[in-house]
Order: sequence, then structure tokens, then C-alpha cells
Amino acid sequence: MSTPIPHLVIVGNGMVGHRLTEQLRQHAAPDALRLTVISEESRLAYDRVHLSSHLDDPRPDLSLATDAGYRDSGVTVVQGRADAVDLTAKTVQVAGQTLAYDALVFATGSFPFVPPVPGRDARGCFVYRTLDDLDAIREAARGARSGAVIGGGLLGLEAAGALRKLGLETHVVEFAPHLMPAQLDAEGGAALRHTIEGMGIAVHLSRNTRQVSVDAQGRVTGLDFEGGTRLDADLVVFSAGIRPRDDLARAAGLSVGERGGILIDDACHTSDPHTYAVGECALHDGRVYGLVAPGYQMAKVAAVNVLRDLGVLDAPPAHFRGADLSTKLKLLGVEVGSFGDARGVTPGARSVSLSDNVRGTYSKVVVSEDGRVLGGLLVGDTARYADLLDLTMTGTPLCVPPETLIVPPLPGGAATTSADALLCSCENVRQSALCAAIGEGARDVASLKKCTGAGTGCGGCVPSLHGLLQTELRRLGETVTNHLCEHYPYSRQELFDVIRVRGHATWDEVLAAHGSGLGCEICKPAVGSILASLHGELVVAPQHAPLQDTNDAFLANIQKNGTYSVMPRVPGGEITAEGLIAIGAVAKRYGLYCKITGGQRIDLLGAHRDDLPAIWEELIAAGFESGHAYGKSLRTVKSCVGSTWCRYGVQDSTSLAVRLELRYRGLRSPHKLKSGVSGCTRECAEARSKDFGIIATEKGWNVYVGGNGGVTPKHALLLASDLSEDEVVTLLDRYLMFYVRTADRLQRTSTWLENLEGGLDYLCGVIIDDRLGLCAELDGEMARHVGTYRDEWAAAVNDPAIRARFRTFVNSDARDEGVQWVDERGQIRPADAPHLYPLPMLGGD
Amino acid sequence: MTLTAPPTHPPIPWTRVCALDDILPGTGVCALIGGQQVAVFRLGGRVYATGNRDPYTGANVLSRGLTGSYTVSGETRVKVASPLLKHAFDLESGLSLDDPRLSVPVYATRTEGGDVWTGSLA
Repeated sequence: MSTPIPHLVIVGNGMVGHRLTEQLRQHAAPDALRLTVISEESRLAYDRVHLSSHLDDPRPDLSLATDAGYRDSGVTVVQGRADAVDLTAKTVQVAGQTLAYDALVFATGSFPFVPPVPGRDARGCFVYRTLDDLDAIREAARGARSGAVIGGGLLGLEAAGALRKLGLETHVVEFAPHLMPAQLDAEGGAALRHTIEGMGIAVHLSRNTRQVSVDAQGRVTGLDFEGGTRLDADLVVFSAGIRPRDDLARAAGLSVGERGGILIDDACHTSDPHTYAVGECALHDGRVYGLVAPGYQMAKVAAVNVLRDLGVLDAPPAHFRGADLSTKLKLLGVEVGSFGDARGVTPGARSVSLSDNVRGTYSKVVVSEDGRVLGGLLVGDTARYADLLDLTMTGTPLCVPPETLIVPPLPGGAATTSADALLCSCENVRQSALCAAIGEGARDVASLKKCTGAGTGCGGCVPSLHGLLQTELRRLGETVTNHLCEHYPYSRQELFDVIRVRGHATWDEVLAAHGSGLGCEICKPAVGSILASLHGELVVAPQHAPLQDTNDAFLANIQKNGTYSVMPRVPGGEITAEGLIAIGAVAKRYGLYCKITGGQRIDLLGAHRDDLPAIWEELIAAGFESGHAYGKSLRTVKSCVGSTWCRYGVQDSTSLAVRLELRYRGLRSPHKLKSGVSGCTRECAEARSKDFGIIATEKGWNVYVGGNGGVTPKHALLLASDLSEDEVVTLLDRYLMFYVRTADRLQRTSTWLENLEGGLDYLCGVIIDDRLGLCAELDGEMARHVGTYRDEWAAAVNDPAIRARFRTFVNSDARDEGVQWVDERGQIRPADAPHLYPLPMLGGD
Repeated sequence: MTLTAPPTHPPIPWTRVCALDDILPGTGVCALIGGQQVAVFRLGGRVYATGNRDPYTGANVLSRGLTGSYTVSGETRVKVASPLLKHAFDLESGLSLDDPRLSVPVYATRTEGGDVWTGSLA
């Protein structure tokens, strides 16, 4: 009962052709599909994007495929150029043999366009496409002094970089009035030119090459331009664009476009039912894509469809619907980003731009009439690329003037708008005063507080003081340490790793092995949090309780008069009538002030410490548990009613919010964690202002990370799209655990992500592509957290030794007489305490 | 408002506060002695006592602060940080580390047969 194994032949072994073999083998083993690849170049597939690094020393290995690798995965390689294809007989002629196929894929790529100018075949003329081309250019450069590249686009500038590496006096000749005409506008091109000329590369714009001049021996001597000007050069590289290699397909009778390219539909099918085309040789919807990313997408689509057609794979058909041409790249060390409608051709579009002729930077955003980002350009500095691309892709309406998207941030990281920002509003201290104090010798936040008074009021500016101090010290050329405090010469991340690797379980062990002195209010809670993250033991256990700030020590939030607030968990903000009544009854019995919070739960304020265990007992009896409102841990997962009730909802946001809140409750982290789940793009749960936010799409869920409200509002960035609920959970498990492992003390996810080297791309590499091989560990740590979670309130009320700590006085049953209430709008509020700091210490009469 | 005299701290009689075991090492408790709130800390093998009122906020919370050590001019000293706005006080001198014009009262302590005693020095 042996049916013959179907045979697929791929013509071409470039980057896309190679990716196709990988995609095919992912779905079909050698006993399900015979696979033959025809490779014209002597080398198997290599990374053409980084071609110029072939000239680096040491020379990097650019190969993507190897003979051994293909052998192992059952891919037969036929070396040679395919001569002919017979679509009726279903055969390919190559290297003297005839291959019969069941399906054929063209991945023949493109060839460099060489304009038809006289002299273009002279000795010393080259194209820039293959490793062989580069070897030839290197050989010719040995006896040459100067080289000219015809073409000032992306590839042309790459080629110019290569000539410069070879030590040639380098010229770039462009027909258009500015560089990179396909991506940039005039101003962006000017900024790029400025920087490139600064590197010693000469740029000649608006030049139409009339001929390549040659000497008597037929060697290149230079270029003659229209209008009579000329440029001397010993070698010439043509890099004026690419053309699809469709000659083989054309000769076989496949439909091709008027200006070249094998016609394909969304399934990557050509005009023949057994033939497909992918990559730069294909023409889709009137367009040939010269970038590798769309080629990879086509490879993925073609792999699924061809296997379906061969009866090897049972999957729904895949579609290529065109690709976004947004790119971010580094050309000659200059960062260039171009996204969406970069040139502002949408009717009614408005462009806002900022250029710096000294730094050589240029930024532009294009905004629609109704205030959405349509696209933009970044030259010289692409730090904002991911944010702006995200705004473009999501079509988020702007709530700020568009110019604020491209203005560089002020030093210190504070969200300030004036040059001399008011950093401490309690004590009225400006940045200039703080910088002066640092200049006069202040080297830590404590001395800044002492010299200037900043941070001694509400303390909300202390993180900004840290940031400013680091920036200023770096500017003054001083060594900046990120040591936790005087007791530990480690950053939080380093301490986390050392505790994890050594397996320390208590403060005493950690202090003895790595610290000094008796610790302090900074390192104790930090170590307490790390131990809780790693081992999941109760924070109020006797060995851990002394490390906790009062909130964690008493599992409630301290208020200005020393009483506490109590907040039961209300997962996803969903609460029954009985639950509401029970909370109301507790509030009434203990005389508590009630307030609905922004996190969709109910805060009960004014509880005496010695009432806390009894309050919890009643709440626990009504089915509640700790809401961890006091911890550096997950607070709430806010949600809208979603598709269950809302006429606009597309997914059940409440159920997902409940699931996430119950999964991550109690997870101790470097700072508090907030989340939201919105059931549609209207975003009623404000998920993008959260540490992790999830927004429903028609197809699933989009996950956003690193958002923040508070002092420095930040929109969360898109991490992944159209995930299932389970995929959301897996991704968030890793994201949260990676944050817990690597963030600084009291660093929210937004600043963590901003400071993460490599940013969102790096994060994706770690938690999606598993580049560090960490995912299994992160998954395991989260599984341990979920498995060991228990309600801290219940643990505390059931342990008489812990309960005893809640007494106000160790030697009396009295209560704190300093706690005084007055009535306001029918509820209690703390009476103002007399004689409060700051007292008028000096002066007076 | 005019400059007021610093708050007076009436002496407290020598009193047994609790068993040493009632205080978790590294933490504090609050005792009520003659109407005064006294914070009693167990730290690094010794016992310290201060007033319980945080002069920055007026709240009686110091016994709930995190204890620790700090180094000044090469000397290691002990401190407690208020749980409200984290202002720290030297446990032996009572002086605020943020503003030396402010302080909390300090009291003498001794441990006797597993019990903790505190009181004003003569």
C-alpha cells in the first residue's frame, strides 16, 4: 500500500528559498515529502542582508545552510542553473539531468539592474549582489585608489560602506536630488547626507551618468555625467536597483508582469496549478518586494499551500496579503527608520518634522486629519521607532500634539517640559539647584536631600532624584554604581542571581554571605521580595517578617495616622451582591471609611492594627482573600464587561481578567504590577496604561507591555498579536518572571523596558524566540508560584504567634490615642495632627 | 505661627515591658508606659528604646519602622526608618538623619532574666 512520496523542487537557494525548505520540513518529514533544491551559486544560502560584513576582519560566517544540515533534513541539493521547465511534463532540466516534480517553487530572486550606459562592461565595473561579487571587488580594490557607486539607495549605500572598508576614496552617485529616494524625503536625505559626508564619503546628487570612461586597455577611468561634469574613479559599482529573475518562468510560459516578476496570487500560486513563486522574483498585487521580511512571509504561506495541494498537510489555506514596508536599518552606522506613509501622500495628511543639522538627525511624523499617526521617518536616531510604528499600526488617536512624539526627552528621565524642571514640588526644588548640589559634592540621594531639602516631603520625587544623580554623575565623568545600598555592593539583579544560584533561603544567610552591617530599610525589603519571588514562603513567617515594610508586615496599607486600609481581592472587578453586602457589613461594624478604587475594588480605610485579623476573618468567611494592595506584587486586573454584555465587545475580557488575576495574585515583584483586559479596541479597561495589558481583536488577543500611569505616563507597547488565551498566559508568565529576575529595586516595567538593552526586540528574543534558553526556567518558576500560592490573610489569622504581632501595645490592651477622627460627608477622616514638620524652625519673632 | 519650645518628654519609670522573645530579632514593639508610647527595638543582640511618635508626621508609628545600620565617619551606628515617609532616626541619640534639628526621645534599656526593661536615666 505504498503511495509514492510526492516530490517538490525549489529553484533557487537564496535566503527565501532556504527559509522555504525550513518551513516545509517543519510540517513534512522526509518520508512524507521529497525535497530537491537547485542552487546556482557555488555556496548554499547565506545572509545577503549583511553582505558587507564579508569584508570585516575576522570574516563572519554568513552561511544559513550547510551540506550536512541539508543532508540531515533530507534535502537533495543539485548544483547548477536550471535550463528549462516543462510545465506539462512537470520536469526541470538542470546540470544535464531531468528532474520530475509534483510541485515546483520559483525562488530565483533578483539580479542587479545595470543602466544601459556605454562602458558598463569595462574592466573595473561590478555589481553588488553575491559573495562572489564582493570577492571580485576586493580583488580589484587592491590596485585602486577611488571607487564610485552608482545608486544612492539602500543597496548603494551598503556598497559604499564596502568600498570604504576596502580603503578606497568613496563616491556615491545618485540620479535623484536626495539619497534613498524610495524611503526618504528631501530633508531626511539631507540629514543622512550630512552624516555620510562626515565619514569622508563624497555624495553627488542629481547626476545622470552618460558613460563609463575607459582607457586604452579597456579599464575604467571614471564617469562622465550629463552636462559635461566628470568624476575620476578606478572602479565602479552599479547598485541602481534590482529586477526579478523571471527568465526561466517566462520561457516556461508562466504569466509575468509587464515590468517583470512572476505573477502570484495570495496563495503564492503562479498561473500554473503546480507551480509557486516566492521572494524577489514574485509579483504580488503589482508589487515586487525587495526586502527579506516579505519574502519570508511568502515562504511561510507557500509552504502551507503547497503541502496542502500535495495532500501532505491538513491545514486551512494560508494567504499572503501584502507586506508592510516599514524598515529600520543601520547604514554605514547611521540609523534610518521609515514606516507607514513616510512621505505623507495620504490626502489631508499633516507632517511635523524636527531636524538637527549638527547631530545630523531628522524625525518626521505624518498625521491624519483625525489625529492618527500614518507614518514617519527617523534618520540618525531611531530610538522611537518601535513606539511610533506601534502607533501607526494600531491607528491610535493621539491625545498629545504630534510634535511631542519626536522631541527628544530632557535629561533626568523626568516627564518635564521646562528646561529647569521643578523636581520636588513639596520643597520647591528645581533641577538646577540639584545639579549645583551634585557639582558641589553630593554623591547620593541622602546628601541631596540634606543639601536641598528635595525628597524630604512626600518622597514622590525620590526616583527622579536617583535618575538625575546618575545622569549628572555620568556627565561629570564619575563612576556610577547601582549598588543597592551601603550594605550590599550589588544591583538588585545581581543580588537576585546570586541568591537564586546559591539557593539562600533567609536574610541571615544572604547577609552573612554577601552583605555587611545590619541592613537597612532599602536592602531588607529588597531581599525579602527576592526571597518571596524565589521560594514563595509567607512574607509574615518569623524569618521573613523583620524584612518587610510595615505594609507587608501587617498585610495592609498604612495611612497617614498609622491606621491601615484593607482591600479584599475582587478578581477582574466582578463582585456579587452578597459580596458587596458582606464588605458593607464589615465596614459598618469596624467603622471604616469606604472608597471605590481605580482598580475596580473597594478600599476600607481607618482600621486599627489590632482589628485587622478580626476584619480579615469576617471577609474570609464571606469568600474574600487578600488583595495584596499593600505588596510590591500584582494589584488588579481591571476589565470591561466584554462580549458577554457589551454590544461592541469581541472577546470575553472579564473571564480572561479573572483568570490572569487568580494566576498572578501574590507574585512578589520589584514593584507593584497593574493590568487590564479590554474586550475591544475601544479600550475601556485602559489596558495600555498598565504593566501588562490585553486588548481583544476579532482573532484573539493583543498583548501590550510596559505601560504606566502615574508621574511618567507611558503607553504600553505591542508585544504580540492575535494570541489565544493560553498563548497570552504563556507569554505573560515569561514576561513577568523575566521582569522579576532582572529589574532594579522599585523599577516599574515601563522604566525597566526602556532601560533594557535592545528594548522590545530583545524582550521578544528572550521570551518568544528563547534566545537565552531561559523560557523553560521562567515557565517553571511561574508554575512554582502558581502551585504554592496561598492566602496570606488566612495564614496570618490562623497562626497565634503572627496574630500576636497585631496588638497595638505589647503590655496593654489600650488603643493608640493619637488616632483621632472627624466627620466628613457622613464618614470618618483623620483629624489633622498638630505641630507637624515642617515647623517654622528659624526666624519668627 | 511662632517658634515653639521643643516638645517636652517627661521621664518614664523603669518598667518591665515584655519578654525578649516577644520581639522578633530586627523588629520593634510598642509599649505604653505612664501614658507615653515607647518603641522598643531588638537589633544586633541589643535592645534600644525611643519615643514612638514620628515628628515628621505626628503619627505614632516608629516601632513599626525598619531597623538597620549606617556608617558615618567610619563608625557603624544603628537606626530606624519611619514606615510613613522613611525618615530615619539614630537609635542611640534619637537624632533625625535627615534634619538634625528634629529628634525623638531615647530611653535606657536592660534585659534581665529574659525580660526587657526600659526607663529614663536618672
